[in-house]
Amino acid sequence: MKHAVFGAMIAGAVGFATTAGAVTEIQWWHAMGGTNGERVNKIAEDFNATQSDYKVVPVYKGNYTETMTAAIAAFRAKEQPTIVQVFEVGTATMMAAKGAVYPVEDLMADTGTPFDKAGYLPAVISYYQTPEGKLLSMPFNSSTPVLWYNKDALDAAGAKVPTTWDEVKEASEKLVANGMDCGFSFGWQSWVMLENYSAWHDLPFATKENGFAGFDAELVFNNDAVVNRLQQIADWQGAKLFKYGGRRGDSLPMFTNGECGMWLNSSAYYGSIKGQAKFNFGQTMLPVDTAVRDKPQNSIIGGATLWVLSGKSDEQYKGAAKFLAYLSTPEVQAWWHQETGYVPITTAAYELSRSQGFYEKNPGTDTAIKQLSLNTPTPNSKGIRLGNFVQIRDVINEELEALWAGDKTAKEAMDSAVERGNVLLRKFERTVAR
Amino acid sequence: MLKRVHYSPSLLPYLLVAPQVAITLVFFIWPASQALYQSFLIEDAFGLSTEFVWFENFIALFKDPIYVETFWRTAYFSLAVAGLSMGLALVLAAFADRVVRGATFYRTLLIWPYAIAPVLAGALWVFMFNPTLGIVAYALDALGIEWNHKLNGSQAMLLVIMAAAWKQVAYNFLFFLAAMQSIPKSVIEAAAIDGAGPVKRFWTIIFPLITPTTFFLLVVNMVYAFFDTFGIIHAVTQGGPANATTILVYKVYNDGFVGLDLGSSAAQSVILMAIVIALTVVQFRFIEKRVEY
Repeated sequence: MKHAVFGAMIAGAVGFATTAGAVTEIQWWHAMGGTNGERVNKIAEDFNATQSDYKVVPVYKGNYTETMTAAIAAFRAKEQPTIVQVFEVGTATMMAAKGAVYPVEDLMADTGTPFDKAGYLPAVISYYQTPEGKLLSMPFNSSTPVLWYNKDALDAAGAKVPTTWDEVKEASEKLVANGMDCGFSFGWQSWVMLENYSAWHDLPFATKENGFAGFDAELVFNNDAVVNRLQQIADWQGAKLFKYGGRRGDSLPMFTNGECGMWLNSSAYYGSIKGQAKFNFGQTMLPVDTAVRDKPQNSIIGGATLWVLSGKSDEQYKGAAKFLAYLSTPEVQAWWHQETGYVPITTAAYELSRSQGFYEKNPGTDTAIKQLSLNTPTPNSKGIRLGNFVQIRDVINEELEALWAGDKTAKEAMDSAVERGNVLLRKFERTVAR
Repeated sequence: MLKRVHYSPSLLPYLLVAPQVAITLVFFIWPASQALYQSFLIEDAFGLSTEFVWFENFIALFKDPIYVETFWRTAYFSLAVAGLSMGLALVLAAFADRVVRGATFYRTLLIWPYAIAPVLAGALWVFMFNPTLGIVAYALDALGIEWNHKLNGSQAMLLVIMAAAWKQVAYNFLFFLAAMQSIPKSVIEAAAIDGAGPVKRFWTIIFPLITPTTFFLLVVNMVYAFFDTFGIIHAVTQGGPANATTILVYKVYNDGFVGLDLGSSAAQSVILMAIVIALTVVQFRFIEKRVEY
């Protein structure tokens, strides 16, 4: 009996060793929960089915922050995954960690994987390139903020879909007069109302090309345009034109249950809104502040990319390169884009979606991509690359909440956010200077 | 003259305390010393470049008005949680002590909240008070109170205090009730014969006699409010709005695990450790003297 158990153990161990030798397992840590998590699993399964040398194992590690922290902690303990999904805010941190990341462009070249950078959308990859133009991480899920509107409510109130902030006010007034609880709300407020507002109006968010040209950048978003816009929105709260509903996507229910008629947030909420809203909805481009500029510049992306971490075997890297190439194929990208509302990262995927008639069947779903490619990005609209940006966004959230609560004016809140943010920037500069 | 007793040296006592010492070393001394070391460093997130800066992290903290605010907020929060949960538990225990029929049933019901994990407790309160979907928020709205703890800092604070206190009531209740039931019935009956009513009996006999328990619970509750409320705050407000519910332990987490500023986070946890040690010492040294055992 004892021998039998022992024998079984040996057989098991040998069996395990042979399978481990034949198939290289590639750990992929991601932050996609819920339905998107299932889609991530499907991508990995589909890839695994295309070949038998590598097995990509997706592991859900919590939200963006938790996933990034987990990967960093794992790296410090030398247990890091091969591929990790990191949100755009973490880009500067990842970039600065030169010994920890394996630039995707190098990975593709070293493993001899065909890789055509020209096929990717400029507005998407410019966010993740070094100043010399080397692509560091593979764009995976990218989105941009748009204006979501409740079509039925707007029609009932006799309001038209707004294109400027003046029209947002007008439409909100009509919505409230028609019995709605609030005109509009928004989420991810630093991203939507500061970072994208600045890019949209070609205003600098920070010096040094928003941080792209050096770690000694300083925040400059306490300018008149931003301050006036925010102050006005804060003042609108009295007439219920605007209602604050929390950080990130917390205010989504306010839009989907018909409390607010308009909502400014990521295009990637398409799937959620489609599932929850019991009314006709649409999406359109962000409103323009005519006091600042007549025509919008372009919006910037949010979302996440896949970073390859260093310290893994060549076999692992070959598999990772193959997987990233698979991920960028038009079929996979178009499917991902149409299911989730994230932007297709390659021109081919966009063309494929168009030829499949997706945009005709779902009007407005190309708003995000149109916004991103509206104009050639300027230094103000390429993106944001600032260290400690997670904390800076927290600071901005805190100051904005003080503004919405009426504890501070927009000027006070933005001055304080800039001052506190700059302290964080200097601290980061110090850790990367050496 | 007393005869001095000599024991032959034996390995046994060392062996017997060894597990305890080992556990303390592995789970307290070692991580604590790591935190202390980390608090002297400024480091990037990956630990690729490290600079030893002595007390710079600590100095930066005390120069930061937001950190100092967090101190006062934590004191307020802890006292409120301890006061509310102990007060409620005392009242409930005093009533339960007098119940004769169905006592076990009441007790069981009152103990239930303690079995709920902090995050779940937080989630329950979030559902009830969600400004858009919550049933309590809806009721408050009907009463003309606009509830939005995502914007209103005082409401957010009130909510986390209620959630944290609610969760601790059961624990306090259990101890208070046990203490009350260990008071000899003869003492209370004697007072009753002398004409003392229930309220007078409570304040002159029961309350003084349970002070050791009250004191013990005060220490436990303060430590609870300082550390264990993390899960509730994380689930309910995540420290917001505008930092209104960020207490010290939440800031340690936020700066270290969200902001990836390990040096400052470690410095904060060292300070937190010092505070709790000091608090416990003060409580045992000074307050205990006034306690009647």
